[in-house]
Amino acid sequence: MATIHMDNLCKVYTGGVKAVSNVNLDIADGEMIVLVGPSGCGKSTLLRMVAGLETITDGTLKIGERVVNKLEPAERDIAMVFQNYALYPHMTVFNNLAYGLKNRGFKKAEIDRRVREAATMLEIAQFLDRKPRQLSGGQRQRVAMGRALVREPAAFLFDEPLSNLDAKLRVQMRVEIRQLQRRLRTTSLYVTHDQLEAMTMADRLVVLNGGVIEQVGTPMDLYSRPETTFVAGFIGSPAMNMLPADFMREKVEADGLAHVPSKADLIGIRPEDFSTDQPGEGDLQLSGQLLLLEPAGAESHLHMRFEGFDRNVVVRLGQVPDVAEGQEMTFSIKRSALHPFDLESGQRVA
Amino acid sequence: MVENNRWGNFFAHVVLILGVAIIVFPVYVAIIASTHPPGTFVRGVMPLWPGTHAWENYTTAITEGRSRAGTPPIGGMMWNSFVMAMAITIGKLSISILSAFAIVYFRFPFRIFFFWIIFLTLMLPVEVRIVPTFQVVADFGMLNSFAGLSIPLIASATATFLFRQFFMTVPEELMEAARVDGAGPMKFFKDILLPLSITNIAALFVIMFIYGWNQYLWPLLITTDPDYYTIVMGIQRMVTGGDSEPLWHLVMATVVLAALPPVLVILFMQRLFVKGLTETEK
Repeated sequence: MATIHMDNLCKVYTGGVKAVSNVNLDIADGEMIVLVGPSGCGKSTLLRMVAGLETITDGTLKIGERVVNKLEPAERDIAMVFQNYALYPHMTVFNNLAYGLKNRGFKKAEIDRRVREAATMLEIAQFLDRKPRQLSGGQRQRVAMGRALVREPAAFLFDEPLSNLDAKLRVQMRVEIRQLQRRLRTTSLYVTHDQLEAMTMADRLVVLNGGVIEQVGTPMDLYSRPETTFVAGFIGSPAMNMLPADFMREKVEADGLAHVPSKADLIGIRPEDFSTDQPGEGDLQLSGQLLLLEPAGAESHLHMRFEGFDRNVVVRLGQVPDVAEGQEMTFSIKRSALHPFDLESGQRVA
Repeated sequence: MVENNRWGNFFAHVVLILGVAIIVFPVYVAIIASTHPPGTFVRGVMPLWPGTHAWENYTTAITEGRSRAGTPPIGGMMWNSFVMAMAITIGKLSISILSAFAIVYFRFPFRIFFFWIIFLTLMLPVEVRIVPTFQVVADFGMLNSFAGLSIPLIASATATFLFRQFFMTVPEELMEAARVDGAGPMKFFKDILLPLSITNIAALFVIMFIYGWNQYLWPLLITTDPDYYTIVMGIQRMVTGGDSEPLWHLVMATVVLAALPPVLVILFMQRLFVKGLTETEK
């Protein structure tokens, strides 16, 4: 158990590619932090810097009270779960779990106790004598978790651990990892590109883009108040619609946008903030043509075309509306649901 | 897709059987010939059924050879060949797996340069460098010794290259996982890389053993003491030694004995091989 403290962390690869720049982040003891971003955003690099698998070009990294910049991964008291599990194919599950403990000179009885305990916790006790190749994807994933668990480290590092599983198993393992983490209260750093995984697992979410932190906050903070257009587009699915402010000013009554600063030139509206209910006091109204209807069971996605704006706007409704494609529809939008941004800087303006 | 055609099958089998027959027949003749008494061949007719002197011929070959004509007993030469082949094989394997390990997993100056230097030596077979090598071995006083027989043949670009190719297919995460698990480079090599390479090692063992066993020119050059003659040289000495007619029955017994160890190595290693192939997983 430990805090992780990142102070101005930078990673520059030979050749001058800057993968991570000036990352400042404090992770509290027992916290689950999820690093999320598109591929190539530096999230894995940052995780591997914490693990000690990538050198730190600049800045300070502390785990607990120790500065660990120059320490080998094994000396940092961390355990890592890899994307492809990286199980040792020639060793039994038991030995896979025990390997790290053996290397650290644990007593045989202690190794045995810890391995069995972890195996029971992860429900892989009956597979201890098998080799990894005799296990299914989900079981291998559990073994990979077990290998981290037995070490009882100061921090867990997860590098996209669920991306090799099928959708159903991914949801199940997501819940299990979260429950396990809550129970053990071990500080965790979790990397994923899946924003849903990120939202559901994180105590706090770190959105990275181009090696720079875009925003840090609880999942709901980031969802309800994205600070940049990037975060706005990345968190939430389908993504937030970005409408030009000029277009909006034309479409709605003058006072409808009164609360939006004049320097805002982009207005973000989440697909779920469009409503077919009768407009309330002060709500905006927008009407357009339905291009395509995508029913998805509990919800449906409507691709709308508004006159004067040349891109599709996605609307998400909680039911399948009784309309035909090509028909006109009118939506009401709460004023508080508007996210004003400055186009050039990408920053939120109010 | 190949269609399951009756005539096609038949034809394929005929070709295969012919091919096998062409290769097996001389071996068969050699085995048959080693079981006949000395005089049989002088008559010029080759018998195709086993004779009655097998035991006698083989014991003569193994224990006496043609001692009077300067060819030592086969038993000793077999042993020499075995020691030489094993030394070459084990030497080649250990040196090449370590150099491949260094080249793939460590970043040191001129790494690529060294790799290409090793690779270039692929183009220089023993015969090309045989005179300077002889000089070096002679200067070290290693003529007529097992060291002289094996050490110059140990360096192997082929094996280094194959191990390098294999190591590059081992996922990097395994190395990283081992690092997180507290295994240093040599521990990673011993605990993870070596067990994963076992099939490659088995395959190369077979190839290298046969290569070592079949060495002819090099042992011929550096051994003048019959105590260090190898079996492959022995066959040749059997044929040409002395003034009399070649003793074909003994020559053939020697040939059969000389061919035996490589066959055994293949048979034994093949099991490990197949087992390894079916059990590895990437």
